[in-house]
Amino acid sequence: MADVKKIATRESYGNALKELAEEFPNLVVLDADLAAATKTGIFKKAYPDRHIDCGIAECNMMGVAAGLSLTGKIPFCSSFAMFAAGRAFEQVRNSIGYPHLNVKIGATHAGITVGEDGASHQCNEDIALMRTIPGMVVMCPADDVEAKAAVRAALEHEGPVYIRFGRAAVPVINDRPDYKFEIGKGTVVREGKDVTIVATGICVDSALGAAEKLAADGISAEVINICTIKPLDVDIIVNSAKKTGKVVTVEEHSVIGGLGSAVCDALSENLPTPVKKIGMQDVFGESGSAGELIKKYGIDADGVYASVKAFV
Amino acid sequence: MDNLELKKHANDVRKGIVTSTHAAKCGHPGGSLSAADLYTFLYFEELNIDPKNPEKEDRDRFVLSKGHTAPGLYSALAYRGFFPVEDLKTLRHLGSYLQGHPNMHIPGVDMASGSLGQGISAAAGMALGAKLGNKDFRVYTLLGDGEIEEGQVWEAAMFAGFRKLDNFCVIVDNNGLQIDGPIDQVCSPYPIDKKFEAFNFHVINVDAHDFDALRSAFNEAKATKGMPTAIIMHSIKGKGVSFMENSVDWHGKAPNDEEYATAMADLAKIDEELAKEGK
Repeated sequence: MADVKKIATRESYGNALKELAEEFPNLVVLDADLAAATKTGIFKKAYPDRHIDCGIAECNMMGVAAGLSLTGKIPFCSSFAMFAAGRAFEQVRNSIGYPHLNVKIGATHAGITVGEDGASHQCNEDIALMRTIPGMVVMCPADDVEAKAAVRAALEHEGPVYIRFGRAAVPVINDRPDYKFEIGKGTVVREGKDVTIVATGICVDSALGAAEKLAADGISAEVINICTIKPLDVDIIVNSAKKTGKVVTVEEHSVIGGLGSAVCDALSENLPTPVKKIGMQDVFGESGSAGELIKKYGIDADGVYASVKAFV
Repeated sequence: MDNLELKKHANDVRKGIVTSTHAAKCGHPGGSLSAADLYTFLYFEELNIDPKNPEKEDRDRFVLSKGHTAPGLYSALAYRGFFPVEDLKTLRHLGSYLQGHPNMHIPGVDMASGSLGQGISAAAGMALGAKLGNKDFRVYTLLGDGEIEEGQVWEAAMFAGFRKLDNFCVIVDNNGLQIDGPIDQVCSPYPIDKKFEAFNFHVINVDAHDFDALRSAFNEAKATKGMPTAIIMHSIKGKGVSFMENSVDWHGKAPNDEEYATAMADLAKIDEELAKEGK
């Protein structure tokens, strides 16, 4: 098998900001002393006058972004997901969400693949928090191609957007000529008939790996990539569930309030279907390498395979 | 505008505060009244705004960081012509655009606010936006003296001082009282002036109920270059309504029918005095 190119989506984020800077002259980028880690430093190097370091003060950063947007700028503000969605939740809710301002939040270092920093920095709650805010678009791209497309879509969209990026390098799986991205649209990345695996972010790769192993056992798994968790592509999930009758969700996030919950919300209202939620099972993470952690918490291809096998 | 005219407008603004909170049967009259002269000064003299075109691009911006004193802001906006004075009676009612705290659907309101400590950050962002866009509008924000106990206020102050936002003016309504009691007995933010000085602000202490002093302070703020200005405004909570003055009880309570009549009589007396002053 040929080597698969691996890129961290935070890297894609930094590169996309730089690449889109000329096309979106009102784009400004805010950071909270993490430009090197969030990769907004890539933008800063090219456009120093359009990069505003707010220091270690995420709550103020969200408010400043709100104010900037009211003067016609399109601010993209960055920090780790823990601080952007966690610490500054109420600022995002009241200063950005409630007035429905054109502010974009690029939150990096989401989930357990933060790795060695441990549980204090591994945010498994951001999707849950952000999707409760009325009017907020919530995206979690799977790879480099999707991450860049999501950044562009966010800039083209009028209103608040939250995008979740990861620290660890992940395989590029969407590098194909017919790839199209649209906010609110999921993609069937592998067709199947026995079970539907709905995955988001880096877990799409795990789901594809699991589907391959399941096929060897004679189980045909359909894999759906959901980048936009809100608004959710309900049709693609319901249509697949009609066919397979069983749904598994996979996310690098708590099973409480994230993709799994969003899928259950959609299915319970439209087509009650048994669902198995794979993700962080109401526990905190811990230190370790990204690879070790996704294995331990069962969201790598082997873990997803085992869970799906037991479920079908 | 001459001071007598301003005083008359301020008294109208106070009537609007008393009337709207009475009609709402709730709301925050105390801190609205302490800042009534400021709202009047800003909307009738200081701010470059146009009630006929509330969103004109080069307007000065005002963010009410202490958003619970919305009755004062709404009253000033109404008397300045942004919307009908009559609508003040719909304050906090279901279906009214005059929400309990400011939001984006109110003509003349530049930013939703009410969760304390957040307005100042948005205002700082607007001031930075003006600088980045080479626009010459100014940005003003009003904070409560209790509000500055919020940590975010100091994040924003550090940011504005560091960025030398000299188009930015922070006003602190120092009426000395917050919900749980006198601010120096709850979690004292004193000395307020020295704190802002330490955050690289030009600081002016001023009597909140003296229009000459307010005028001179805002002129000084405009003339100050290379740093933002903080105007620490020493005020009387409940100012203008005898039984509300300096009383913490009137932070977040509406007058009943009897109290409403007394309050309006107090303000009518001020009108009479102002009429005599004009002769």
